[in-house]
Formats: sequence, C-alpha cells, structure tokens
Amino acid sequence: MVAIAEAAAPTAGDRRQRARRTTLGLMVLTLVAAWASLATGAAEVSLAEALGRLARGEPLTLHQQVVLMDIRLPRLATGLLVGAALAVSGAVMQGLFRNPLADPGLVGVGAGAGLGAVTAIVLGGFLPASLAALTGTYTVPIAAFLGGWAATLILYRVSTRAGRTSVATMLLAGIALGALAGAATGLLVYVADDQQLRDLTFWGLGSLAGASWTKLAVAGPIMLTAMAGTLWLARGLNGLALGEAAAAHMGIAVQRMKNLAILAVAGATGAAVAVSGGIGFVGIVVPHLLRLATGPDHRFLLPNAALLGASLLVGADILSRSVIAPAELPIGIVTALLGAPVFLWILLRRRGVLDL
Amino acid sequence: MLEARDLTVRLGRRTILDGLDFLAHPGEVTVIVGPNGSGKTTLMRALTGEIAAEGRLSLDGTDPRGLRPWELARRRGVMAQFAGLAFPFTVLEVVRLGAEAGGQSGDAADARAGAALRRVDLEGHAARLYQELSGGEQARAQLARVLAQVWEPEGPEGPRWLFLDEPVASLDVAHQLQVMDLARDYARAGGGVIAVMHDLSLTATIADRVVLLDEGRAVAAGPSEEVLRSAVLEPVYRCRLDVIRLDDPPRLIVTPRPGTATLAGAAPGITASATAG
Repeated sequence: MVAIAEAAAPTAGDRRQRARRTTLGLMVLTLVAAWASLATGAAEVSLAEALGRLARGEPLTLHQQVVLMDIRLPRLATGLLVGAALAVSGAVMQGLFRNPLADPGLVGVGAGAGLGAVTAIVLGGFLPASLAALTGTYTVPIAAFLGGWAATLILYRVSTRAGRTSVATMLLAGIALGALAGAATGLLVYVADDQQLRDLTFWGLGSLAGASWTKLAVAGPIMLTAMAGTLWLARGLNGLALGEAAAAHMGIAVQRMKNLAILAVAGATGAAVAVSGGIGFVGIVVPHLLRLATGPDHRFLLPNAALLGASLLVGADILSRSVIAPAELPIGIVTALLGAPVFLWILLRRRGVLDL
Repeated sequence: MLEARDLTVRLGRRTILDGLDFLAHPGEVTVIVGPNGSGKTTLMRALTGEIAAEGRLSLDGTDPRGLRPWELARRRGVMAQFAGLAFPFTVLEVVRLGAEAGGQSGDAADARAGAALRRVDLEGHAARLYQELSGGEQARAQLARVLAQVWEPEGPEGPRWLFLDEPVASLDVAHQLQVMDLARDYARAGGGVIAVMHDLSLTATIADRVVLLDEGRAVAAGPSEEVLRSAVLEPVYRCRLDVIRLDDPPRLIVTPRPGTATLAGAAPGITASATAG
C-alpha cells in the first residue's frame, strides 16, 4: 500500500496526460466538424461520391468542382484558420496580460485591426501607385495587422506600469480604444462609396461568406506563421503566470518574449479580421474552457486552443448557414449568442470582484 | 563568492542604495537586515539582476549582468516576497516550472518537483490548486519552486545561490524552523544562501553572516555576535533593543524594549528617547 502511494505521489497534480488525450479528442472533433462543414449547404452534393471519384482518379463533375472546391473548401479552410487564430490570440493575450479576461475582441485589438482593414478598403485608392503595386492584394491584411499591432502596443503601454498590468486599466483602455477605432471606422464608412460600403458591411458582423482561395492565400500564411511563432512562447507564458520578475529569475528573456507575443497576437488577429471581419468571444471562451479541463500549461493550452477554436468556428459556421437556410446569419452573431453567456458565466464564477 | 562594490541604485531623484559594499560566501547563510526603507529588498533585486544598478557586481568571478537569463537561472534561484499566480496551476505544476527552469524535463522534472515538495512539507498538496493554498503554504510552494530550480547546491559553473526575500515571515514556528534548516543544509552542501529577514532573533539563529543596512548603506557586516549587539542595532532601528543570550542551545534573542521608539521625526539618536521612556 505504502509503495503504491509513493509511486503515485509524484504524478498527483499532473495534468499532462489528460491534456494529451484532449489533444487527440480535439483532432477527431476538428475532422468531424470539417466533414460536416463540407457536407452541409444549400446545394445537393454527395461528399462520399466526390471522394470516391477522387479516390478512383476520376475528375469531379463541374457541379462538385464548383460547390466543393470553389465554395465550401475555401470557406472551411478559412473557418479552421480563423477559429484557430482567434483562440490562440486570446490564449496568448491572456497569458501576456496575466488575466483570463483579456481578449483581442474585447479590448480593442480587433477594432484596431478592423480600422486598419477599413482604412485600406476606403482609402487604398489614395496609396501612391508604387506602394500599392508593392503591397498588392496584401494591402488589406497588412493594414489590419498594423491596426491590431498598434492597438495591442498602446493597450500594453497604457495598462502596464513597472511590469505589472492593471486589468481595470486594460479593460477601460480597451473600451476607449474600441470606441476610438469605431468612431474612425464610422467616419470612413461615411465617406465610402457604394461598392466599398458593400465590402464594409461584412466587417461589422463578421462572416465567412466572403471566403476565397485568393484571400486565404494572403491571410493564411500570416495566421499560420503567427500561430507557429507562439510555440516558442509557451514556456515564457507559463513563467509569466508567476509575474515578470519571477519569469526573469527563471531564465526567461521577458521583454523579447513580450514583443514576440504582441507581434503574434497582432498578426493572427489582424489576418483573421482581414478575411472574416470581427468575430467575437472565440478568443475568450475557448482558452477558458480548456483551462478548466486540462489546466493552464501553455504548451498544451495553445495547440488545444487552436484545435478547439477551429472546430468551434466551423461548427458556428454550419449553424449560421443552416438555421435560416437558404439565407445565412453572420457568424459573428452566432459566436456572440453562444459566447457572451459563457463570458458572463466566467464573471459569475470568479470569487472576488474584478480588482486584480 | 558574491561581491558588490560601490553599488548604487537611484529611483527618480531618490537614492535607494548609496555606494553599498556587500560580500557573501558560498557555504554560508548571509542575512540582510535593516529597518523599513533601508534598501534590503532593493539590494536583493540589484544582486539578482532584477533592477539595474551602478557599481561592480561579481558572481563567482563573472558579472551576472552580462549573463543570459537562462545562464543566470542555472546559477541562482530567487524567492520574492510576494508572488501572485495568474492562472489555476496545481502546486505540482508550479514547482515543476522551477525544475524546468533548472534544465529538467519530463519525468525528471516531476521527480525533482516531488522531492522539493517533500522538502517543504507539501507533498500531500501536490494536486491542489496553488490559489487555494493558505499564505504560508503558498510561500512554501514558492520556496519549493526555487529549490527545484537550483536543486544541486553546486553546479558545473560553481556554487549555486538561493536568494530568499522574507522566506519565513508568513510561516508558523515549526515551518520557520524547517525552512531555516533547509537554507542551512543548502549552504552546508556548498551553495550560497542570501536572505532578507525582519526578525532579528530568527536571523541570529540562522545567519553565518549578518549585513545591517541603514539608508542605503551597509553599516555593519559580520558574524551574528558582532552585528546583533544593542550598540550596533539601536541607532539604526531607533529604539532600545535588548540582546539576551541563551545557552542550551546557544542563541541570541533580540527584543525591543516597549516605549522606546523614536520614530516620529523627533531627535535622532537614542538618548532622548531613553530619558523620555
């Protein structure tokens, strides 16, 4: 008995095994969501038949080609990447600010990225021809990235004093930043022409309806690079949970880690906003659920957040396409309807008032 | 050997450390004492590289300010006075962060974390959430984390160092003794221990060497019997202090005489208050 107790003792409190099993489960969930997403839609297409054709080396019918390859697949890929990018951004930002309530969408980073994108759409015509030729189709994602980066940087500077981030200041500064970006966006909407207005409407609510291979070819690599970059952040974010000084004492190059985190958040959020507009609550709900299930170790939290965020957003997209089919709900409405109550529940579960 | 010469730290216009000299040897427990605001914690933060300081600094021959963070992390661990935790890690996970900072991974990190938890009497609490521990238990968990980081008192680069800021302030007496034994064992095994403490009797119990700070300077340094004397302490602490010697086992009790504090901007020195009290 004693021997068994001693052998079991070192693993008490260890949640790595559970986290690894969760990763496997989430991979399956992501595959299921992907399959369901490809199989769901207004047009009648048999996914099994199409796959059978591909397996036999036969070309797809024109109908299959258009519906699956040109419409549903880019939409699925965009949903997966955007969901993963938003969830990972949320987790990194919460680690950076040392608070589970930090979320790019809530604290103005999404609004900043949106302002960047809207600026590029409305005023892009005024870019010097040489610069426009240089940035090309990248103009909107780059502008969104810059907007998100500037917002994150301002937010961090305003709310952090001597290495300590005040959450109250952060949330208030986020509200102010969001309002400022919203007002500037409103001004741009006012001067926009009809075609631009159509492009802009889609930013307000967030949607995957505009997904295309062209857009994804630009924003996809940015999201992937930013998410891959966060793999180097996991250990640093774990240390940062103990405070900046403790993290430094444990051998973490804190300032470099923070710069990388801010870049990654801005890149992932900016590119996500550039292709899908403002989709809220994924970044706050996904990491929170995972912390409850498997703990806050970022080495597992970040990849698991990518998987859960991807499958959650694809699931929300399926809902948004099927609830009032053949019309579709903007996906931002679906994620807000699902996410806002969870957010309130998080607030209710906190033992103290918000004074950290 | 940890040596600082002419160490100066300024915050804005205030000078917190004013050309301070400091010396600590591996194999010894060095305790920094001094009244509030004398610069104890600032000295600790300057020695660990947490804040910038002018002057010479040498950790076994190298300037710690020139080392990379992870190199420094292999040589010294730091237990700060207050450590909040942002996310619900278990006690084991917190201590394992230290083991990982010390270069361990996987099962080895687990084993070391478990051993460190046993060393601070928290082995039964490994699976609890850190945030649910009491203040004293949290302090011990933090100590276990730091210990797991610099577990072997001597490494390939030389002796390792433990920096402890008020390590026993929140502990009950038995755990105070346990932590002080731990510090002493670490020093006896070849490591260096530098602690900031308020309690002068506990300081006398544990210290091989005491450094007394006052207004950013080291005004006395040496063995307990030399520094912990009324004549040395009273001008610095601005009250009467009785030092009582007990014989079995030999130790000093330092205790303030009630009604002798001369803090409120009154006359400097002890004599005035002695007549008043």
